[in-house]
This record gives sequence, structure tokens and C-alpha cells, in this order.
Amino acid sequence: MSKKVLVIGESREGSLRNVTFEAIAAANLVSDGGEVVGVLCGDGDLKGMAQEMVYYGAARVITVSNPELKTYTSDGYAQAVQQVIDDESPEGIIMGHTAIGKDLTPKLASRLESGLISDATEVVVEGGDIVFTRPIYSGKAFEKKKITDGLIFATIRPNNIPSLNRDDSLTGAVSEKEVQISNIRTIIKEVLKKSSDGVDLSEAKVIVAGGRGVKSAEGFEPLEKLAEALGGTVGASRGACDAGYCDYSLQIGQTGKVVTPDLYIACGISGAIQHLAGMSNSKVIVAVNKDPEANIFNVADYGIVGDLFDVIPKLTEEIKQMKVNA
Amino acid sequence: MNIYVLLKRTFDTEEKIAVNGGAIADDGAEYIINPYDEYAVEEAINLRDAHGGEVTVVTIGEEDAEKQLRTALAMGADKAVLINTEDDLEEGDQFTTVKILEAFFEGKEADIILAGNVAIDEASGQVGPRLAERLDIACVTTITKIEVDGTTVNIERDVEGDVEKVETSLPLLVTCQQGLNEPRYPSLPGIMKAKKKPLEELEIDDLDLEEDDVEAKTTTMEIFLPPAKEAGKVLEGEVDDQVKELVSLLKTEAKVL
Ligand SMILES: Cc1cc2nc3c(=O)[nH]c(=O)nc-3n(C[C@H](O)[C@H](O)[C@H](O)COP(=O)(O)OP(=O)(O)OC[C@H]3O[C@@H](n4cnc5c(N)ncnc54)[C@H](O)[C@@H]3O)c2cc1C
Ligand SMILES: Cc1cc2nc3c(=O)[nH]c(=O)nc-3n(C[C@H](O)[C@H](O)[C@H](O)COP(=O)(O)OP(=O)(O)OC[C@H]3O[C@@H](n4cnc5c(N)ncnc54)[C@H](O)[C@@H]3O)c2cc1C
Repeated sequence: MSKKVLVIGESREGSLRNVTFEAIAAANLVSDGGEVVGVLCGDGDLKGMAQEMVYYGAARVITVSNPELKTYTSDGYAQAVQQVIDDESPEGIIMGHTAIGKDLTPKLASRLESGLISDATEVVVEGGDIVFTRPIYSGKAFEKKKITDGLIFATIRPNNIPSLNRDDSLTGAVSEKEVQISNIRTIIKEVLKKSSDGVDLSEAKVIVAGGRGVKSAEGFEPLEKLAEALGGTVGASRGACDAGYCDYSLQIGQTGKVVTPDLYIACGISGAIQHLAGMSNSKVIVAVNKDPEANIFNVADYGIVGDLFDVIPKLTEEIKQMKVNA
Repeated sequence: MNIYVLLKRTFDTEEKIAVNGGAIADDGAEYIINPYDEYAVEEAINLRDAHGGEVTVVTIGEEDAEKQLRTALAMGADKAVLINTEDDLEEGDQFTTVKILEAFFEGKEADIILAGNVAIDEASGQVGPRLAERLDIACVTTITKIEVDGTTVNIERDVEGDVEKVETSLPLLVTCQQGLNEPRYPSLPGIMKAKKKPLEELEIDDLDLEEDDVEAKTTTMEIFLPPAKEAGKVLEGEVDDQVKELVSLLKTEAKVL
């Protein structure tokens, strides 16, 4: 049965996040030949980004521009999106499972008294049902879930559902919607940027992660250089965070971020079960550890037994060399 | 302050997961307080110690969850409530859980409710913000610092690695993120005292709910384990050769460069 499905888009520093395009692809499946409608909230001119959503497969896009939506607040965005939902009466809503998605979608689902499937890594149509696969027990297992009643509402994990190809011959209407926003109960005073490069771990294609074996905050420098050479970002084990070598926001694992990059390079990480939970579904895993018995080698596709302070700089050089030759 | 903590009993993080008859095998599994809810308990105790009042820990679950509630009492919480659904409900999801919590909080006049950012088992992260919406109170997720001054509340929250400073006011629901505090271990006197602290048990009937009111909106069709990983390749030779081989494998075999 064809459906109208909203995709709530999300931008970061003026451009759309990839997960928005992935959400369009997921919505396209859910819509089953129906209509995929993008929604973009913010302040100022959102047309350029709306157009991008069209190129990635949205049939049309509704922009909601309001000074109260300049920065994300749960109250502001929930009211704005709610008013679009009231107009459109969608049968489905898809959004990225990002900080904003995690904050906003449960609130909306609660207002709408609907089900919500969070953090899906796959969407398929199976015998008329829309079935979402999602990791449980931090990726130690998976479940297939469906909505039994009403709105098909889900968030998707970044980096898992491929977006459609960008096609700038696609056309679609971009319309503006005025909204009333009142009673925002949280005031954002300040945002301290800690993530240096703007690439969030959950969306990074390459992650170079350090553990207690890195031995100090300075010990992360060779990892940063390797990450830079690979166009990736740096992550960490809890061991490294607990030891104060880096910020907790870098922690990967059961009580940190769960990541699925194309390439994960674990340096001086033993491979505790809680760490594996956060990264073992990465596409390719490389481990560098001086202990040949380290558990991390059990999940690694490629392992180097050795001293990371020897291996990592050499690897960085080799990658740079390869790029020069290419 | 009238402080509440939402606590879920979860598998120990050390547990390996097996699937048996379409469900997660739980025989012999060790259980813990969901790690994020430990932060919530710790913070609740600190808030009470600073501002006075009472900490009540609430769980929806089965009889076995009493153990985790007693642990929270031993850490220093004052009261515990177990909403036992064992006899009344077969299935449930986040909608169910929040419907029950909403009914529980009716008339409670909570000043602050602390939940975990996410439960490490089902891991939807929905319960906190969903409940705040039902109770029509402000909600701040993934907090790493909180200061209450009268009814004004200053919070720092983790947003994908950045720190957002937020001002809001009571009543409030927050979800706790790692970095908020170091949860204490229950002390021996704490454990002794916990045995005498009140632990109330409720059923959905006591909350004027019927099965139909809380019927889940989603259903689980299948549970499965990720495909076992094939043993990887440990590279041989001198470091220079290992590195060269690795780059070549990443390029040609794994195709990630
Ligand atoms: C409730 C709970 C939740 C947890 N959540 C998480 C989580 O989310 N994420 C997480 O990561 N952990 C988590 N942990 C902690 C986890 O159990 C481990 O303690 C932690 O992952 C260990 O970090 P590590 O591998 O860096 O340190 P270690 O286990 O100390 O390993 C260091 C490794 O570095 C190697 N090494 C040392 N020097 C070198 C060198 N020069 N070159 C190469 N290798 C070297 C060593 O051989 C060793 O294997 C959690 C634990 C609990 C109880
Ligand atoms: C009657 C009933 C039957 C259920 N049957 C099943 C089943 O068959 N299979 C299954 O997998 N799940 C079942 N559940 C659990 C349900 O699917 C979710 O696990 C639950 O709604 C919590 O969602 P979550 O684990 O995603 O928690 P999250 O939303 O990730 O948790 C966030 C925070 O919410 C709070 N919280 C979460 N759960 C509880 C709780 N139970 N009590 C108090 N606070 C809580 C904690 O503070 C936690 O840190 C059932 C629930 C109920 C009420």
C-alpha cells in the first residue's frame, strides 16, 4: 500500500548530513510508490538544502524557517514538526538516529501516541509488512521489528542504509510553512565545540581508535595523523578515557558510541566485550596490538602484532605515499 | 526536592548473548542496574544531599528486579517502587512502559525525574523523552552536569561530542550520560539499611490501567545473532613489510582505501 512518508532532514554547519539522504532512501522503501516529503527546520534560507533533498529523491520539501529554530531545542522543533504533521497527515516518518533524532522522535511519537522503532540498520518490505532490523544488546544481537498499529515511525542509524544516487535532473516543489512557536523551556546558553573536525563518530567512514596502550594524551598524536591521512576521525576505548588520555565523548562501546565505519583501526585496545559491542559491526577491522593473544584479534580482519608507536607512523607514511602515487 | 529515578534491570555488560527458541537466552545470566541508570541514582542522591527531599527509584519489571532496587536503596535512595507486570502483561514496548509510568506519576508532583540515556539491552532511548512529553515537563537528554538553584537548573549535555550548556527549570526530566559522575558502591551499612527501606509493589490494576490501555505499538518478529566473523589475517614479517601488505590488502582485498 503506497504511503506518504515524511523525512525530517538535519543539517550541520550549513549542509545536510548524509543520514538525511539515507533516510530518504529508507522512506522511499517505506512509501512503496507513495510520496516522500522532506521537512527542514531552521532559520534563514533553507532552499538550497531543500533542493539537495529533492536531488536525493524527495518528491517535495517543506521548509520551516523561524528565528526560534536557529538552534535545535526539543520544544521548538517538536512544535514545528508537529504543525507539518498536522497539515500533511503522513503515514510514515523517518529520521536519522542522531543526537537530534534521538531527542526529537520519542517526543513526537509520544505526542502522536504512536510506535517508534529506533536505530534501524535495515529496512525491507516482507509480505506487505515493513520490517526494520535493529541491533540490541549493543550489537551482540539483532531484532526484526514492525509497527503493528498506525504510523510507521523509525530512526535509522547513520552509515547503514545506502542513499540513492544524487540526480540533479530531479525536480520537486519546495514550499515554505509558517509555524507558531511558544514556550521553549530550555535555553541554549553556549555550545563548546570539542569535536575538532566536525565529523561525528557515528557518521565517520574511517575511525582510528586508541586504548590504554596509547599511554598518554600525547600518545594520541600518531593516531590523529593517521586519521587525518585517511580522512577519518579518532575514537577511543573506555580504558583510554578513564585514564584521562582523551575525552569521554570519544568512547566507543557498550556505554559509549556504537559505530559502523568502513574501516576501524584499533590501536592498543585489548578488545573487551564492552568495546567490541560498539565496533564489531564495522565493515573492516584492523588491530594493532603488541600482545598476540589480545582478544581484539578475534574480530579483526587484519592484525599486526607490534608496537603501535612503531607501526602507526609507518602506516601513516605508507598511506600518504599511496595517495601521492594515486 | 521530590526526586525520582527510572531504573531498568539489564544483562551484565560481560554477558555473551545467545538466542534460544527465538528469544535471548537468559538462563544463568547476571543482571545489573542499567549502567546509565546508575549515574541517575548517584546524581539523585547528590541532589537530595544538597537540596533535601527524597529519592524514589522506580522499575517496571518482574519480581527479580527487586535485587537491583535494593542495590539502589543501598547506594542511598530512600524508597523503591516495583511495578510488577508479570501476571498481567505478556507483551510490551516503549509505548507500554511509558503509559505505565505516566499513570504512576499522576499526582506525584515530581520535581525532577532522572532516567538513563539508553538501556543497554533494547536500547531505544525512548523512555525518558517520551515520558517527559506525557507529563508535559521539560526534558534534557544526555546530561553530563547538573546544578539546581531554586527552580533554575543549569545543565551541560553531550551532543555528539560537543558540550551544550542549557538553562531550564523544574519540574524536569533528564537522561544521564556517561561522565555525569562516578556511581558509588553500596557500603556495608548501606546494604544493611536498604533491607529496611520501603519497597512498594504495584500492579497495573493499582494504576487504574487495563491491558488494552497499554497495548504495544510494535512487535518483535525475530531475534538473531550477527554472522560469526571469519578469523582474520595476522600479518607476518618486519614492520615495514607488514605495513606495506596491510595497505595493499586494504586497497585491493577489502577495498576501503
Ligand atoms: C559497565 C561497563 C561498561 C563498559 N563500557 C565500555 C565501553 O563502552 N567501551 C570500552 O571500550 N570499554 C568499556 N568498558 C571497559 C572494558 O571492560 C575494558 O576495561 C576497556 O575496554 C579496556 O580498555 P583498553 O582496551 O584500552 O585497555 P586494556 O584492556 O588495558 O588494553 C590495552 C591494550 O594495549 C596493548 N598495548 C599496550 N601497549 C601497546 C603498544 N605500545 N603497542 C600496541 N599495543 C599496546 C596491550 O597489549 C593491551 O591489549 C566497560 C566496562 C564496564 C564494567
Ligand atoms: C509489560 C511489558 C512487556 C514487555 N515485554 C517485552 C518483550 O517481550 N521483549 C522485549 O524485548 N522487551 C519487552 N518489554 C520491554 C520494552 O520492550 C522495552 O525494553 C522498554 O520499554 C524500555 O525500552 P528500552 O529498553 O528501549 O529503554 P530505553 O528507552 O533505552 O531506556 C532509557 C531509560 O528509561 C528508563 N527505563 C527503561 N525501561 C524501564 C523500565 N522497565 N522501568 C523503569 N525505567 C525504565 C531507564 O532510566 C532507562 O535508562 C516489555 C515491557 C513491558 C512493560
